[in-house]
Amino acid sequence: MSGVALELRSLTLDYGARRALDDVSARLEPGTLAALLGPNGAGKSTLLRAVSGAGAGSAARRSGMVLIDGVPLEEYDRAELARRVAVVPGQTRVAFPLRVEELVALGRVPHEHPLLGPRAADRAAVDAAIERVGIAELRGRDVRELSLGERQLAVLAMAVAQGPRLLLLDEPTVHLDLRHQVAVMELLRDLAARDGVTVLAVLHDVSLASHFFGRLLLLDRGRLVADGAPSEVLTPERIRAVYGVDPALVAIAG
Amino acid sequence: MTSDVATRRLARAQPAWLERLRHRPLWLGALGLAALAVIAVAGVTLGGVAIAPADTLAILGHRLLGWPVAVTWPASAETIVLELRLPRVLMAAGVGAALSLAGVTLQGLLRNPLADPYVLGTASGAALGAAVALLVPVQFALLGFGLMHLLAFAGALGAVTVVYRVSRLGGLSSLTSVLLTGYAVGSLLAAGLAITMYLSGQNLRQIFFYLLGSFSLASWPQVAVGLPIILLGSVVLLTRARALNALLLGEETAAHLGLDVRRERLVMLAAASLVTAAAVAMAGLIGFVGLVVPHLVRLVAGPNARSLLPLSAIWGAAFLVLADLVARAPTELPVGVITGVIGAPFFLYVLRRYRGGYEL
Repeated sequence: MSGVALELRSLTLDYGARRALDDVSARLEPGTLAALLGPNGAGKSTLLRAVSGAGAGSAARRSGMVLIDGVPLEEYDRAELARRVAVVPGQTRVAFPLRVEELVALGRVPHEHPLLGPRAADRAAVDAAIERVGIAELRGRDVRELSLGERQLAVLAMAVAQGPRLLLLDEPTVHLDLRHQVAVMELLRDLAARDGVTVLAVLHDVSLASHFFGRLLLLDRGRLVADGAPSEVLTPERIRAVYGVDPALVAIAG
Repeated sequence: MTSDVATRRLARAQPAWLERLRHRPLWLGALGLAALAVIAVAGVTLGGVAIAPADTLAILGHRLLGWPVAVTWPASAETIVLELRLPRVLMAAGVGAALSLAGVTLQGLLRNPLADPYVLGTASGAALGAAVALLVPVQFALLGFGLMHLLAFAGALGAVTVVYRVSRLGGLSSLTSVLLTGYAVGSLLAAGLAITMYLSGQNLRQIFFYLLGSFSLASWPQVAVGLPIILLGSVVLLTRARALNALLLGEETAAHLGLDVRRERLVMLAAASLVTAAAVAMAGLIGFVGLVVPHLVRLVAGPNARSLLPLSAIWGAAFLVLADLVARAPTELPVGVITGVIGAPFFLYVLRRYRGGYEL
């Protein structure tokens, strides 16, 4: 295993004539807490999809490489990949009544025995994830009863139960109030620091990202225009160029 | 997105005993097997010709298990029990389990609580295939029977594949598009079935019987071919529990959970078509079993496919043997009439409750 949890080498993705990702290269060491920023349509979710291996759709043409723990994405067996990489999607729908603990238990699907089902270790991981995300009081509730913020936390707990080395999140704080936003940020920070999980999260909130994340990747029209510490990435000129707004509107933590 | 008030109203508190059962799927299974045993014995005992329950049990024990009991019953009773009622009960149980398993699978695959072999046109595809087999002038009994199952399977697989593909045009298969596609495909197949009836001549009765759904023609040769096919398909479906669980949150999440979605989809559609085809080839179109049974089981045991699949098979078997018992109680009614009378209103009820699905 190399010392790089996630490496992108000249990743380029075309949807017909439209170039969604343009020559993106980056390296994330294990335990990195990285935020993926950029305006709408910059390719943030596309990049996340390309990394998660869930397929960018048959219409896409890809060149370049994605390496996870030094191994090209294509060489992973699906189940093996799922034991290393967890994804928290931006939006999920459920067709059947489902309880919070049942939802979180789905995170153990890649680990459990295909025929015999979950073992004691799987149940322990579910309990631990519920505890860690702080949703113990919700575990018996039907997910339909929950507020959007609570649902978001439940899906996050499912990803934690999956026990990944690399955690990909698509706007994990979008429905959360301030208190829960901070709680999620601190949880991600704790996962990175204590468990060495590499975190790559798409975020819209630039100030939240710069406050909690040591590393920012800024995408603009499919190109990675900046990659580094918040103070290096979020210069006034760049904010004006990428977002087209007055940088004074964005509060950036020193 | 529905408002929180509306979604909250949907979630009702469960009574404590129901809550306890949810965490004891083995009890529910044992209860189902006990119910199935009682209903099956009733199914063999009751009927137009009155045979005492003690005699029925003695006949079954003597002939099947080798109990040393003195033969005190008339030979006709033995013929009725062993040659008419026993295959009929076995067939009903097998078909009930098959349709329920196919229902659970299709619901999970399409993420649609209203999916069912009947609603999706899968059963109609199988019926058309079986009817076409009747028109083919091959009179070898064994070969003819094999051809019927083969064509029924092809019809079921073809129908479910078309519905699956067309309803997913644009990437998302909404509840409405699945139902409308199923309706359209089902109508087309019904037209095909009408044409085969028109062309069938002396086989008209047999095809007509397919349309109604009945166990009245149950016989050992049919059971001997149909049940092993159902058993084979059921084993495949029962081992899909992990995949069905992963699919609860959609295909993309399932892929993130390590599932080869394309391969699983193929296996599930094929196995669901296989059991549906065997069920239809034996008994014709029996509607809504695959809708009603899984829904009720899900209500009690939750959505986890590891318990949902086996419990639906057991309770589906019990349900259909009972429905058949009801169907032949007054006079010989087709069992499809009974399941339709129960199932159609049930369908509307579920449709009303589940219109949108839920976002997470």
